[in-house]
Amino acid sequence: MRAIEQQLRGSGLEDILGKIRDGKRLEFDDGVRLYRTPDLTALGYLANCARERRSGDRAYFVRNLHINYTNICNKLCKFCSFYTAPNSQDGRGYVLSPEEAAARVAQYAREPIREIHMVAGINPKLPYSYYLDLLRAVKAARPDAQIKAFTMIELAQIARAAKRSLAEVLPELQAAGLAACPGGGAEVFSDRVHEELFRAKLDNDGWFEVARTVHRAGIRSNVTMLYGHIETVEEKVRHLLHVRELQDETGGFMCFVPLAFDPANTELAHLPVTTGYANLREIAVGRLLLDNIEHVKAFWIMITPGVAQIALWYGADDLDGTVSHYEITHALGTPSHRQVLTVEQLLDLSREVGRVPVERDALYNVIEQPLNAAEEQGGRGAGTKTARLHLATVARDPRTSNPEPRTANLEQ
Amino acid sequence: MTGTLDHIEARITAGERLSFDDGVRLFREANPLQLSAWANLVRFRLHPERRVTYVVGRVINYTNVCWVQCKFCNFYRLPGQDGGYVLPQETIFAKIEELLRLGGTEILIQGGVNPALKLEYFEGLFRAIKSRYPIHIHGLSPVEIIYLAKLSHLSEGDCLARLQAAGLDSIPGAGAEILAEAVREEIAPYKNSADAWLNLMRTAHRLGIGSSATMMYGSVESIEQRVEHLVRVRDLQDETGGFRAFIPWSFQPEGTHLGDVKRASGFDYLRTVAVSRLMLDNLPNIQSSWLTQGPKLGQIGLQYGVNDMGSTILEENVVSEESVFMVPLPEIERLIKDAGFTPARRNTKYELLPAA
Repeated sequence: MRAIEQQLRGSGLEDILGKIRDGKRLEFDDGVRLYRTPDLTALGYLANCARERRSGDRAYFVRNLHINYTNICNKLCKFCSFYTAPNSQDGRGYVLSPEEAAARVAQYAREPIREIHMVAGINPKLPYSYYLDLLRAVKAARPDAQIKAFTMIELAQIARAAKRSLAEVLPELQAAGLAACPGGGAEVFSDRVHEELFRAKLDNDGWFEVARTVHRAGIRSNVTMLYGHIETVEEKVRHLLHVRELQDETGGFMCFVPLAFDPANTELAHLPVTTGYANLREIAVGRLLLDNIEHVKAFWIMITPGVAQIALWYGADDLDGTVSHYEITHALGTPSHRQVLTVEQLLDLSREVGRVPVERDALYNVIEQPLNAAEEQGGRGAGTKTARLHLATVARDPRTSNPEPRTANLEQ
Repeated sequence: MTGTLDHIEARITAGERLSFDDGVRLFREANPLQLSAWANLVRFRLHPERRVTYVVGRVINYTNVCWVQCKFCNFYRLPGQDGGYVLPQETIFAKIEELLRLGGTEILIQGGVNPALKLEYFEGLFRAIKSRYPIHIHGLSPVEIIYLAKLSHLSEGDCLARLQAAGLDSIPGAGAEILAEAVREEIAPYKNSADAWLNLMRTAHRLGIGSSATMMYGSVESIEQRVEHLVRVRDLQDETGGFRAFIPWSFQPEGTHLGDVKRASGFDYLRTVAVSRLMLDNLPNIQSSWLTQGPKLGQIGLQYGVNDMGSTILEENVVSEESVFMVPLPEIERLIKDAGFTPARRNTKYELLPAA
């Protein structure tokens, strides 16, 4: 018997492989067992079976740019280090005007950015017109990029500011440039966690109602789960099954994004940072339970590039993106947290681990051309250092389908 | 990734020795889940308990003066250069006392190759430590001892015997880098050869001085040279049995003369650990390098053949600051438990100690 199958049998999870192969749905109890197993290899094997059935050996990524248009927020979530309260005197509060946001986008004019990811705090002073102006200004600055903006919480606030129903407001946001929604603010769908950590925020049913309305308007979104704080295994399984149920109904979720809680500078700073095991486990269990969602993301900013790379074999098929300018996690953190990966680095991460990088846009449409251009550029950029670095590059270039050793990619 | 690794899997399952070519193919062709499953198989064959050990110890870098000028080093000062230091004995004692208060059992004494420090310095230091403290001296890597012997006009065996008599208990496996001459000439042209490193270890093992062995991968070496390294360590282990642990760690380019080299990836670490576990069938322990990989990958390594979290070290000076992670003892224990293992303290000989 193969070693991996022997290990799976030893883990007591063999029946789950049968269910995956027969296309049977996993149940609540299966989810709890998957969370509780210490056998990360068996779990990864199962998740990888599900992952390869959907995505083969593809690893999606997007060239993207993050804009956090305001950090003023009245939700006071205990897990957040980004916000400053509306009445705060700490001087940290800001709102980007539509012009400032557009100017920030314009800084990246020479980069082939496909997605502009825009989320922020719930700032009650912003009028409805601000959101429309913001979308229009950003879209005008970068008409070839798709705007993926506003968590479900922000959308509820926008409708409130407009004093109209969300269903009425959404077509106007679309007309102004909104292409997709990121699905944040889901946290963990548990009344207990909601009460303890984010009581001022839209409740769980409210989140689902907003998501349902968004999907019905023809706008696709992602869906997140924030883990690594006070949630229990059972609460996470319920969260995932709840998401699966709504997906059965609307089909509007593109990608599941497990978000690793970073306690630094929050009210929960006494909690430890999520472990590498936890990062891989959340991705794997998400992939296995959410049999009706196409993609699962390994968000490298939160789990480190190394863990994200390995996650491509534990259920993830998406590395997010180049993420120019990310502020939410580590808003007050040390500058040593690297916030940017170049496209070349993203390509390398995927290829080194035996996956085929595929560039996508915000809606997971595959983009062919610029990827090749970037590769050529990487080769040329290596210049005179190529000879000396050649060995090192070959050494770390194990199983790409490309038989030619790539030249070194120097960091820029 | 086709089924062409079947014969390697069959060998691993049967407990047979892997060849050089097997090692190269594992590096090039095996996927993470294969490597993890196979490394687990061997790891649990050698260590059936779900236990991960660690030692409470600290690093003491007694000097940073060094003439060897390794290109990957961010620590040294040349003799006569500003910023060079030799720690006074009182400072070393204070560090040991701090460690003992934490229940520590091992000091890792390592420094540069400082021509001002003769054999008598180390004999005096080790005797002074041993007369004061019940502590295991894990000290002086091969390069330090090789040049100490030269400086003292002694054979390496005689030099080691005198250090041993003065209190040296075991030797860290540092300075192995890659045991392939072409690589050493490029990254550390003035350092001893691979043969000299192995010879020194052979001599030490014969005197009953145990050691570990390291591999610094991810600089300019090829996959074949990594496997050559593993095979050479395995061959010497067949001969002496003196290696207690193997510790692969990745070159940290920041701040060194090889700063243009791309930092090795997370997968590169995990596959190197796993292939080490698979190739080194005669080495009992594979140690984590959370110091260079960080706690996340350091922990995931437990699923790729690592059975020991190494030393708590308390301080690190050699690798460039911006690229190392310090993980405090409670965090090491948490990482072990979170991965479903039981943490256990050990001494330098890998004997289990009662829980503190």
